[in-house]
Amino acid sequence: MKSLDVDIAVIGAGSAGLGAAIEAKKQGMDVLILERNDELGGITLQCIHNGFGLKIFKEEITGPEYIQRFIDEVKELKIPYKLDTMVIEITEDKEIYAVNKKEGLLKIKAKAIILAMGCREKTRGAINIPGFRPAGVYTAGQAQRFVNIEGYLPGKTYVILGSGDIGMIMARRLTWLGCEVKAVVEIKSYVSGLIRNQVQCLEDYNIPLILNHTITKIHGKDRVEGITISSVDQNWDQIVGSDEYIECDSILLSVGLLPENELTTKAGAELSTNGGPVVDNYLETTIDGIFACGNVLQVHDLVDNVSAEAKRAGENAAIYIKERSNKEQIKKDLIKIVPGINVGYVKPDYVNFSNLENLLHFHLRVKEPDRDVIIVIKEVNKIVYQRVRSFVIPSEMIEIRTKFKSEVISPNCRELKIEVLPVSLLEVIDEVE
Amino acid sequence: MDYDVIIIGGGVTGCCIARTLSRYDLKICLLEKEADIASGTTKGNSGVVHAGYAADRKYKKREFCIRGNKLFDQAYKELNFPFKRIGTLVVALEERQIKDLVYKRNYGTEDGVPGLEIIIDKNRIKQIEPQLTDKAIAVLHAPSGGIISPYEFTFALAENANMNGVEFFREHEVIGINKIVAGFEVKTKPRKFTSRIVINAAGLYSAEISRMAGADTFEIYPRRGEYILFDKNSIHLNKVLFPMPTRLSKGILVSPTIHGHVFIGPNADNILDIEDVSTTIRGLKEILSGGLKLVPNLPLNAAIRNFAGLRAVSNTMDFIIEATEMVGFVNAAGILSPGLTAIFAIAEEVVRILVEDLGEELKEKENYNSYRPKPEHLSDFTKMKLNQKIKENPAWGRIICRCETIPEAEIVNAIHSPVGATTVDGIKFRCRAGMGRCQGGFCKPRVMEILSRELNIPYKEVTKRGKGSHYLINNVLCIELTEDKKESKGVTEK
Repeated sequence: MKSLDVDIAVIGAGSAGLGAAIEAKKQGMDVLILERNDELGGITLQCIHNGFGLKIFKEEITGPEYIQRFIDEVKELKIPYKLDTMVIEITEDKEIYAVNKKEGLLKIKAKAIILAMGCREKTRGAINIPGFRPAGVYTAGQAQRFVNIEGYLPGKTYVILGSGDIGMIMARRLTWLGCEVKAVVEIKSYVSGLIRNQVQCLEDYNIPLILNHTITKIHGKDRVEGITISSVDQNWDQIVGSDEYIECDSILLSVGLLPENELTTKAGAELSTNGGPVVDNYLETTIDGIFACGNVLQVHDLVDNVSAEAKRAGENAAIYIKERSNKEQIKKDLIKIVPGINVGYVKPDYVNFSNLENLLHFHLRVKEPDRDVIIVIKEVNKIVYQRVRSFVIPSEMIEIRTKFKSEVISPNCRELKIEVLPVSLLEVIDEVE
Repeated sequence: MDYDVIIIGGGVTGCCIARTLSRYDLKICLLEKEADIASGTTKGNSGVVHAGYAADRKYKKREFCIRGNKLFDQAYKELNFPFKRIGTLVVALEERQIKDLVYKRNYGTEDGVPGLEIIIDKNRIKQIEPQLTDKAIAVLHAPSGGIISPYEFTFALAENANMNGVEFFREHEVIGINKIVAGFEVKTKPRKFTSRIVINAAGLYSAEISRMAGADTFEIYPRRGEYILFDKNSIHLNKVLFPMPTRLSKGILVSPTIHGHVFIGPNADNILDIEDVSTTIRGLKEILSGGLKLVPNLPLNAAIRNFAGLRAVSNTMDFIIEATEMVGFVNAAGILSPGLTAIFAIAEEVVRILVEDLGEELKEKENYNSYRPKPEHLSDFTKMKLNQKIKENPAWGRIICRCETIPEAEIVNAIHSPVGATTVDGIKFRCRAGMGRCQGGFCKPRVMEILSRELNIPYKEVTKRGKGSHYLINNVLCIELTEDKKESKGVTEK
């Protein structure tokens, strides 16, 4: 068995992995990238629409153009990478076992590991759609791969279940190719994806968006022949008698993404409720020296945000090696970050007390859309941070960048709670106090 | 005559009969209407090897089940299919149900079911199955019950039958049977076959096949059962858990699968359409509520697939294994639960019918080989073994299915094994690529590519499960242009 030693092993060569590897290399680290696909770039390669790069490059480019800039930089910096290489195991001691055709089984001993495996799409089974099980049911990303990479059309007439971003982008893409997208059906009362995609991909092409509906039967024994949709009540239960049949030969599912954390779990790291690993403000998981960034940590809506997070992970992994790896592990004084009212999840899950005065990044998503809200961070009942927003929606990740003054937070603080409250509610609280 | 024996139907019944008869000096073929064997009832059932206490004594399926269960040990050694005797529990939730458990234990023990035990000590119940509801007041433990992968079992039977000379014809739907002198002419769409003996193992279609042969003696009704499958590692069960049975079925069970998933189901829905394997909102709700009664901690958010299978219920409510008035036409029909368990006993009965009722003098082949080697799986390898396998064949180092860690070599082997895979579903059921939590989201295009390469068919002609189940309809515009260019270039070169 071939073995090698590296400072930092990066698992995954998508936007997160490449971004983290570049930053770690710039910090003087010996980095190795492991990628299971046969090329660098990850899922961004199949995202041939524009809208990428506005934050990082201050210009609007396509997915492949965006990721090519990172690929070029990896090559300029001569960062080694292995393609067609699947990591099958990570141990707590940061040993990685991987396989590829040329080298067989590889054992890679790393001082630090950056997890950047991305996410996968929820499938039909995950949401339990009833009916037949014919060919013609695809996840939106799978259809995107068939069309944009393999060069094949999965069908001619489509219904898209779920209004996630990839689903809406595929609705437009398929319309351009002369296909008919009969409807985008969403169980919620609002779209799951970005508003800009609702406008640019559906409304601009007159593709009907049917809210508060779901698919209640898939028809067709061998190939999809049609679907029945039904309206749902507040509990997402089918309203009897509201069935409507739509003829189509394909169904695309755009019903959500899940961080892909099988390796993380095998390594023994804890996961939090969003499906990503529990991390502190260094993006370090519960295993010493294993970091996570990008969609494996939390599903982002913009690749630019992934790159920013990846950069931090690369930097922190380098700091870890330079300052901490050979010393005895400093016992961390951790403050737990707890999602409160109308907060689905928040990252990081912990902040080191000694870092409170540094610049901290919090990312969160709300559970329900709301208007005129105030985002607050509370220590017990004392508000230590607040910011007003006119509009929040689950599809748009909220970023908070802040430092805390040492006198604001008490020395024995163990927990900070983040809440998104209607402004009116806050006024009531003020009055009571 | 083309053949001595034609077997109609490539489910577990047909394949087990084929394998059992392949021991003898007979020329045999098996006809299957679908693109693959194990495509009907065999694919959509609970995969439980029953202990044998359940069926009423008036049915022959009881005796066949108890005998069949015992025959599994030898078959397992010979055929290497996924099978484990993990034991089953029938769970009583009310005092009055204990009486029923006592009947089952007493009669079962009398009839030779080994090790039956009623457990009422709550601590012991909890120890045996920690996931079982606290409301369980007694369980009947049957240690000889087990779990099996019914389709992998059927592939093993078919492979071994094929190694011993049985010819398999898939996508050969039987459309007519004529009595000819000393035998039958069996018509399929592609061609005609003749044989001395025809064995009807056509499952849901067995009544229709029997009618075609002029032996109109029974009816088959489809009874649908729906299932939900949960992700690996989302919950762990030690035992197969049955509720108290109803008049129609053994009830909605909660069971581990041989590959570490957990499923719930089936309900029992008498339907009209013999092909209606659709799942329904009502049915899925029904099995969820049934499953939750036994295991309150079901990981509802970790469901990865729902599916339905149809049981072939005969009007006799029992197995129909008999010679008919059409001499040489034998039925092996109405094989519903515990048919999978009883399968070797059913095949034995067919042999008895051939010898005693039809006067066949069966002679054992000299070169019969009962051993079917276990397909190689990466998951069974040690790290050193894996490294060595990749050195020998690099395809072991290219992982195609990420969820189940299935390398290219396993997929290629599944295609080139006897009676190998020709479709994406064929790959999925043989080597599990696409069976995991992403349900083929990532690996389907790669699996299609390998099928296209190995079977030498165009990429877009690769199907899910044969005719009509195409994944792709056309090339997108740009690719068509490239192909046009290639063609026109070809013309100029000429």
